[in-house]
Amino acid sequence: MSGEAPLIRVEGLSKKFCTDLRTSLKYGVHDLVTEIVGGRRGQALRPKEFWALQNVDFELRRGECLGLLGRNGAGKTTLLKMLNGLMKPDKGRIELHGRVGALIALGAGFNPILTGRENIYVNAAVLGIPRSEVKRRFDEIVEFAELGQFIDMPVQNYSSGMTVRLGFSVAAVLLEPDILFLDEVLAVGDIGFAMKCLNRVREIMANSAVIFVSHNMPMVSAFCTRALVMQRGQVLLDTTDMPQAIDRYIGAFGIDRRTSGSGEAEVLDLRLLVDGRAVNSDDPVVDQGREGVVELTFKVKPGHRARATVYVDDIAMSQVLAVAVKDERGENLVFPPGIHRVRVPLGALEMNMGTYSLLVAISNIETAQLLCREQGMLPFRVRSTNVTWSKIVRDRVSTVLPSGAPVNDAHGG
Amino acid sequence: MTRSNITIVHTPDSAVRRPGRLLRELVADIRASRSLAWRLAVRDIRAQYRQSYLGYLWAFVMPLANTAVWIMLNHTGVVRVADTPIPYPAYVFTGTMIWQLLVEAVQSPLQQVGMSRSFLTKLNFPRESLIISGIIKQALSLGIKLVILVPAVMFFGVMPDWHLTLVPLALLAVIMTGVAIGLIIAPLGLLYTDVGRVVPLLAQFFMYITPVVFAMPQGGVMAKVFAINPATPLVLTTRAWLTGSATPMLGAFLIVVCGSAVLLFLGTLLYRLTLPILIERLST
Repeated sequence: MSGEAPLIRVEGLSKKFCTDLRTSLKYGVHDLVTEIVGGRRGQALRPKEFWALQNVDFELRRGECLGLLGRNGAGKTTLLKMLNGLMKPDKGRIELHGRVGALIALGAGFNPILTGRENIYVNAAVLGIPRSEVKRRFDEIVEFAELGQFIDMPVQNYSSGMTVRLGFSVAAVLLEPDILFLDEVLAVGDIGFAMKCLNRVREIMANSAVIFVSHNMPMVSAFCTRALVMQRGQVLLDTTDMPQAIDRYIGAFGIDRRTSGSGEAEVLDLRLLVDGRAVNSDDPVVDQGREGVVELTFKVKPGHRARATVYVDDIAMSQVLAVAVKDERGENLVFPPGIHRVRVPLGALEMNMGTYSLLVAISNIETAQLLCREQGMLPFRVRSTNVTWSKIVRDRVSTVLPSGAPVNDAHGG
Repeated sequence: MTRSNITIVHTPDSAVRRPGRLLRELVADIRASRSLAWRLAVRDIRAQYRQSYLGYLWAFVMPLANTAVWIMLNHTGVVRVADTPIPYPAYVFTGTMIWQLLVEAVQSPLQQVGMSRSFLTKLNFPRESLIISGIIKQALSLGIKLVILVPAVMFFGVMPDWHLTLVPLALLAVIMTGVAIGLIIAPLGLLYTDVGRVVPLLAQFFMYITPVVFAMPQGGVMAKVFAINPATPLVLTTRAWLTGSATPMLGAFLIVVCGSAVLLFLGTLLYRLTLPILIERLST
């Protein structure tokens, strides 16, 4: 298989976009005329244009899965649309060998008034699948979609989950492509159905070259054999080292710092120490599972007795870990007005790979009034070599029990 | 599955530079479009039918209402229509029906593409299917209209003759002309909504310089305007075949049919060449 020629070959691919709608329409007319008279497209940027994609090169063979990583607007969808022949490149060349399938826009052409059964035929026709083939595999589609008797109900009465399930099933059962494009479609339905989709995509993948766009890093790491990390239309990194790619992608996110609270307390200084050393603020990387310690300096204004809590937030600013500042007896440490300096051990930083930041909350111990809440401090990346689906990753030495030993049953007598 | 040796290449070069390939791909896509076009047409017709009690009766409401208005105007003397070769109600009824067909055909490409915008910008499929689907929808609704049109004409006291068998051809020519015009205006119409608004306006204007509700003027400037209007032979010939009366402009009719065949071909090419550029502007 490795000796086979690539199924996808992309060379120097570039695409211009325009920031302004009216100008964009004007350029559209211009491009129309150029196309009709057989002229050449201008290579230079016109006013108000920018490169949405610039000089992208890659090749992909059967059995490979390329993940496109990048923030919104990095050019992933643009690249996918050009590969799919929906828009013409401004520069460069795309060569595709084999049948192209796309799991994009699930349920394309569905009409809400018609039944699920009727819509299966319409959707399959849009995907270019002959009616006889749909007829032959109809039951398979319905079974995959888990729709049962609802198949003869109008699609407008379906729940949103049922609709996407139907859309996915038509494509997933009927498509047998050499080249497959996937755009954020695998998180379909409930977790049970999502797993089924993933398995089906894995089957297709074995025999095709796949390009995969997703913001779900565990999914990317589970599927992709290679990644392009993109930023502002350019390829930042092209690698088969998935943890490195994901780390680079995650590093591209900035975190905003936000302060709230009554202002009657103030964080003066905050440091994160890992294994006794302060984390480098230029490239703040923490290896997964290391012990973290926070050194916090803050001021409480007169009239308040305060307690403090340190949180670790993930990229979505939701709290992963809360560490209340306590004494040996488990009581809150009480801070009277003045300047205080505390050392707070966070324990092992066992978060899954990603970007995290610290949040410090200081509140009045009697009234629980929030005096200071500082969010998005000291952003750092957790680095790991293996990627899992969980929020917390903890490797533990386990003991193999003799297989003949009786099972310890908690309910048993 | 032995079709794995297909190769697709996307480059910035204009497809016009390789006309052979352009035509080959066009033919292949039209062939591939047929079953999809049929599916889409069936989908739209079923959906339209299912959500309405009167269903296809609506196809007659417009021409009937129009006919009623003009009969009334003529009868009360508000508008004085010159003598028509067949009874006036039959004249207006057939005229408005043919005219409506033409206008719908002009609007069809723009409407079809607009309707499918959501998946047109996401999936690649033979886009000619949208146009063909529009034609199929018109042809089907036309078939039903004819069922009423012919008895209605007879009711007004006109006996069709063997020319009736030519009517489907004439109606097809009307649709073809309309779709050809529709395809030519579609690229601009998709970029600028102004175009879509101008179409009904122009249609209204053109109706009055075509023998739809008025008889052919016998002299003066208007006679010349009517005569050079390419819609005139289409309407006159179709009506003549439908009502078994003399066909005054058969030669002109044939010229218009040939002209619109050429226009249809050019329009199809234009549509094919411009759609990728339009999709890009629509989805940004």
